[in-house]
Amino acid sequence: MANVSRRYVLRTGLAAGAAVAAARCGGAPEGTPNNPATGPEVNTNQIKDVTLRLIGTGVSQINEIRDKAQEDLGFSLDMRALSTEENNQIAITQPDQYDIFDGEYFSLPLVVPSGNLRPIEIAKVSDWDKIVSFFTSGEYEGMPVEASQGTAPYKVMYLTGPDSTEFSDTPTDFATLIPFQYNADTLGYRPDLITRPIETWGELFNEEFRGKTSILDIPQIGIMDAALVAESLGLMTFADKGNMTKAEIDQIIGILKEQKAAGQFRAFWKTFDESVNLMASGEVILQSMWSPAVAAVQSQGIDCVYAPLKEGYRGWGGGVGLSKNLEGIQLDAAYEYLNWMLEGWVGAFLGRQGYYSAAPENSKQYMSAAEWAYWYEGQPASEDMVDPFGKTLAKSGNVRDGGAFKERFGNIVCWNSTMEENTYLVQKWNEFIAS
Amino acid sequence: MSKTWTVFKPYLLAAPQAIALAVFLVFPIVLIGVVSFWEFNGYSMTPAFTLDNYIGIFTSQVTLKTYLNTFKFVGLVWLATLLIAYPVAFFLSFHIKKLKWQVLLFLICTIPFWTSNIIRMISWVPLLGKAGLVNQLLMGVGLINQPLEFLLYSDFAVVLGMVHLYIIFMIAPIFNSLMRIDRTLITAAEDMGASGFDVFKEIILPLSAPGIAIGSIFVVTLVMGEFVTVRLMGGGQAASIGKLIQTQIGSLQYPLAAANAIILLTVTLVVVFSILRVVNIRKEL
Repeated sequence: MANVSRRYVLRTGLAAGAAVAAARCGGAPEGTPNNPATGPEVNTNQIKDVTLRLIGTGVSQINEIRDKAQEDLGFSLDMRALSTEENNQIAITQPDQYDIFDGEYFSLPLVVPSGNLRPIEIAKVSDWDKIVSFFTSGEYEGMPVEASQGTAPYKVMYLTGPDSTEFSDTPTDFATLIPFQYNADTLGYRPDLITRPIETWGELFNEEFRGKTSILDIPQIGIMDAALVAESLGLMTFADKGNMTKAEIDQIIGILKEQKAAGQFRAFWKTFDESVNLMASGEVILQSMWSPAVAAVQSQGIDCVYAPLKEGYRGWGGGVGLSKNLEGIQLDAAYEYLNWMLEGWVGAFLGRQGYYSAAPENSKQYMSAAEWAYWYEGQPASEDMVDPFGKTLAKSGNVRDGGAFKERFGNIVCWNSTMEENTYLVQKWNEFIAS
Repeated sequence: MSKTWTVFKPYLLAAPQAIALAVFLVFPIVLIGVVSFWEFNGYSMTPAFTLDNYIGIFTSQVTLKTYLNTFKFVGLVWLATLLIAYPVAFFLSFHIKKLKWQVLLFLICTIPFWTSNIIRMISWVPLLGKAGLVNQLLMGVGLINQPLEFLLYSDFAVVLGMVHLYIIFMIAPIFNSLMRIDRTLITAAEDMGASGFDVFKEIILPLSAPGIAIGSIFVVTLVMGEFVTVRLMGGGQAASIGKLIQTQIGSLQYPLAAANAIILLTVTLVVVFSILRVVNIRKEL
C-alpha cells in the first residue's frame, strides 16, 4: 500500500461512490413510520394508535377542526398547510407523504391520472345522499349553475371502477372526493373608496379604477376571472370558458397584456394573505377575491363588499380524498373521518366563516337559528355574527352579500378549471407577466 | 503505515465536504440536467430524450425579454450595492478606530437580514404605499399633489428591495479586503507625496478589487435566481427568470423548468467566470 497514487485514490473513490448510489436507487421503500409496509396485524382497539396525515391548502387546515376530530374519533390527525400549487405537487409526486388529500376539484384532472388517490366506496359514506345535489348529480333546482362551464365538481366526481383513474360521466359507486369547502367567488371592493355599487365583472377593466385593481397570479384561476371580464365587456366570446382553444387563449392574453400596459393593475396576488393585505391597505380597491379574504378584511374593521354580479359567480370547491396507501385499520379510520366531516359539526364551523357545507341539513342542527338565517337564507342578522375565532363578521341587521345560498350557489356560471391546453396556458401566462 | 496515512490524510480530511457536495449539490444538478430532456404532460413526466424543452425556450420571445429584464435587475442592484457598500466599508475600516465599534456597526449592517419575507412584504406597504409615510411626507411638504405610485409594486421597488436585502453581501467582502490593507503602505505613499486621491487610486482600490469581485459574485448570483422579492415587491407584475421557473414548477411542468434552470445556471456561470477573469480573487484567499 505504500505507493498509492493520487489517481488510484480518486478512481477507487469514484467507483465506491457509484456503487453506493446504485445500491441506494435499487432499494425498495420500506414504508413510513405511520404507514409501515410490513409488520403483523394486532387485533385490539388499536384505532387510537392511528395517525392520519392530511395535506391541504391553508384555508382548510384548521387546528380547531383537528382538535375536535381527534376528540370525537379517538385517533390522531396530522395536518399540513400548503399552497394550492404545493398541494398538487405533493399529491402527484410524493404519495407516501399523506393519507388524506384535501384539494380542489379542478386539480383532479392532474391528480387522478397519477393513480395516487384511492376511489372512495360510496356505500361506506353514510350521508352521501345528504350532499348538495349539484355535486352528486350536476342538478340544482334548475338554476344557472347546471349549465356552468369549467371543471364543475360533478364532472370529476365519479370514477369508472374501484382501481380506476378514469372519470365517469354518469354516477358510479366510486367517488374521487367528498366535498368539504366550497363557495361562489366574485369581485370584492371597498365601498368607502368606490361610492357606487359594482354590479358587473366588466368594472375590473374600467378606466375609473386604473392602477387600483388586481387579479390572481395563478394561471388556471386568473384566466377565468379575465374571461368573465372580457365576456362581460363584449371584448370576446368563448365556446367554453372552461376549456379554451389556443386561439381563445391568445386572444384573452392579448387583452390582458393591453390592460397591463395601460396600467390597469396595481399588483397581482398569489396567496390569500396578499389579497387581504392589498385590500386592507387600500393599494387595491377592486379585485377578484376569495370569500374568507373578504371576511378577513372586514374583521380588521374595514368595509369590504363581496359584490353579487349580474353575470354570476366563479365557483370553487374542495374536498377530501383517500391516498392509495391506506389499508386495514388506517383505511377504516379514514372512512370514519370522511363520515365525521359530513356529520354536521365541521359544516357548521365552516358555515360561521361564510363557507358552505357539503351537507347543509346536517350542519343546520349545529348552528343557531340566527346563524342559519344569516348565512344560508340571506336574511338580516338578528344578532352579531361571530366567527369561530371570536371575530365579529357581521353586525346585527346586516344582510349577507349576494343573499341566500340558493341565490349565490345557483348562479355560479363557471368553475376554476384545468383545461386541455393547460401547458399552453401557462406558457402564455408567463408571457403576460413578462410583458 | 505512516506513509499510507500521509497519502490518505488530505483525501480523508476533504472527504466529508466532498461527499456532502456530491450528494447535495452535484447529484441534484445532474438530475435536473437529465430531467430537462424528459417529456411531460399536465400531470406527469416521462423519461425520454427530447430537445423540445430547449427549442421551446430558445424560440420564445418571452425568454429573451425575461433575461433582459433579469439582467436589468442584476445591473441596477449591482451598481447600487457597490456605490453604497464601498463608502460604508471604507468608513468602517478607515474611520472607525476601535475594533469594538467596527464590529458593532458591522452588525447593524446585517439587520435587514433578520426579517422574514412576510415581515418585509407587510412592512414596505406602510412606508412606500399610496398612503405610506414617504408619500405623506412628500405631499405634506407640498412637493407632489398625487401620491407616487411607482414607489411600490414596480421595478423601482424590486431593485430597492433587493439592494436592501443583499447589500450586506457586498459590504462584508469589501470591508474584509480593506481591513487587510497594510496601513504602512499608505503612510509610505503619503511620505512620497501622494495625494489622498492618489493613495485611493494606486493602493486602496487595487488592493480591495478582490473584495469587490467576491461581493459582485454574491450579488450577481443571488439576483439572477431571485423570485420572492421580484414577486412581492413587483406586485407580481415584474418578470424574472426565477419567477418564470417558479410558475412552471407550480404548474407541474418540471422538465421545462429544469431546462430553464440549466440555462440559467450556464448564464450565471459565464457571468461569474467573466468576473474571475477580470479580478484575481486568489489574492484575497
